[in-house]
Amino acid sequence: MVDPQTNSPDAAQQGPTHGLTVPTAQPRLKKTPVRAHFEPKVVVEHLNFYYSGTQVLFDVSMQIPANQVTALIGPSGCGKSTYLRSLNRMNDIVEGAKLDGTVLIDGQDIYAPSTDVVSLRRRVGMVFQKSNPFPKSVFDNVSYGPRIHGTRDRSRLNEIVEASLIQAGLWDEVKDRLDASAIGLSGGQQQRLCIARALAVDPEILLMDEPASALDPKSTARIEDLIGELRENYTIVIVTHNMQQAARVSDYTAFFYEGKMVEFDATEEIFTTPSQKQTLDYVTGRFG
Amino acid sequence: MKKRLLQRITFIAMRGVTYFIVLVIAYILIDIAWKGLPAISWKFLFSFPSDSGFGGGILPAILGTIYLTTGTILIALPLGMASAVFLTEYAKQGYLNQSIRLAIVTLAGVPSIVFGLFGLGLFVLFCGFGVSIISGSLTLACMILPTIIVSSEEALRSVPRALREGSLALGATKWQTIRRNVLPYAVPGMMTGAILGVGRAAGETAPILFTAAVAFKMVLPASVWSDTMALPYHLYYLATQGQDVVKVRPYQYGTAFVLLALVLAINLVAILIRSHFRKKYRW
Repeated sequence: MVDPQTNSPDAAQQGPTHGLTVPTAQPRLKKTPVRAHFEPKVVVEHLNFYYSGTQVLFDVSMQIPANQVTALIGPSGCGKSTYLRSLNRMNDIVEGAKLDGTVLIDGQDIYAPSTDVVSLRRRVGMVFQKSNPFPKSVFDNVSYGPRIHGTRDRSRLNEIVEASLIQAGLWDEVKDRLDASAIGLSGGQQQRLCIARALAVDPEILLMDEPASALDPKSTARIEDLIGELRENYTIVIVTHNMQQAARVSDYTAFFYEGKMVEFDATEEIFTTPSQKQTLDYVTGRFG
Repeated sequence: MKKRLLQRITFIAMRGVTYFIVLVIAYILIDIAWKGLPAISWKFLFSFPSDSGFGGGILPAILGTIYLTTGTILIALPLGMASAVFLTEYAKQGYLNQSIRLAIVTLAGVPSIVFGLFGLGLFVLFCGFGVSIISGSLTLACMILPTIIVSSEEALRSVPRALREGSLALGATKWQTIRRNVLPYAVPGMMTGAILGVGRAAGETAPILFTAAVAFKMVLPASVWSDTMALPYHLYYLATQGQDVVKVRPYQYGTAFVLLALVLAINLVAILIRSHFRKKYRW
């Protein structure tokens, strides 16, 4: 277990993209990514997805860059959430779900029979649309992940919990009530707690499914700031309904429409000079 | 105006019915307490029966019922919870699952004497356990399993899906998720089933008639392989075999009172466990 707050050397060794990549260190490069720096963390090829026979994703191929924020936008029901959930195989638990195509993370096929789903989900954390704190104490929420992965040592758990909460920007608000139930926190705090909980298992990728859609503007702004801070250490993929949000937080944006990925490019390109007419219509608010 | 009048009449009728039920229960309880309490004494509670069971104390019957009920819960609760977990979490929802559910619900409606005869055939004779506490507990466990399974399933299903997903997304295995993030929240609901089950198990006569109970015994059961006296069976025995009605009646009421108090006490433990978990986990 590596301290999630810092890039420890062994994390960098495990994943070549962890912490040491160049683009994120230079914020000015952010909006005009140089293709040479594009280091794919996730490579998706010809992904088709079906729910009980109904196809919801059509031949999606896309590369997600390491240590960048990639936003998935598109109207409701366009398949962006399904796509997100296929990156940590959360769709596996849906009955009648079927998938073909390949998803490679660091070159490893996550749908190969040899892949251990449990260790995959440990590497690919997830934050859900509706915050889902467990009905336990704040401490038990954050330490849940490390505990199931075998960390027993109390002082180690204390360190992880503190580091994760600091990283999620929640520490100052909850440090005096770690033993209080997480259900008593406000909506925005609950969502940041869920982010802290995901960070506590030290993932490499963080999937966020409309993490701010149920929050007030102030809490939303906090989550967005947080995403900006986390991109340094994590590869982030965020589904959002809110195009301003996509423009604010992401480096790359993919536009989904009716189960197909219409366009994927640097966020600035998507919002200023998209190559597809559908994308232009959507980002200018002509439909959706 | 007519609608409002109709509403008033309906409400009054419902209220009347509710009060009537409460009254009936209160009457039964007060009657038993009124006539049973005078029979209660240290000697009655803590000594052996005399006079072929029509006099003396009922200690062997009290202990017998405690043993039988405890045995039943120890067998039925883990089995019922395990099958509920299997049915809701692991089994494929399909035709077979539906059939199993139907079978369980049907089982809940089977008369207790049928369970008694089944227990006699399977546990007493076929398995060779004889007339014993273990045979009686197993038979009672079969009888209350449906109640426990159904209420446990209900409890498991009421745990939000988001909590399971949150746990799985952290890399927990399915079993870790169930064990740490589903079962604890389902305990209150499961306890409700256990409470209903315990009440039935402690009070039933028919299932233990051929499998565990004897009318009169001057020693305490030595092990789970011994037969035993039991409160409901003792009550049945007093009511049907007593010749001197006037002399036996206080013993009957006393025994009934003790049985009620015992069921209440066992339920109280379950209720305490339930409220503990309810307070601890709320969502």
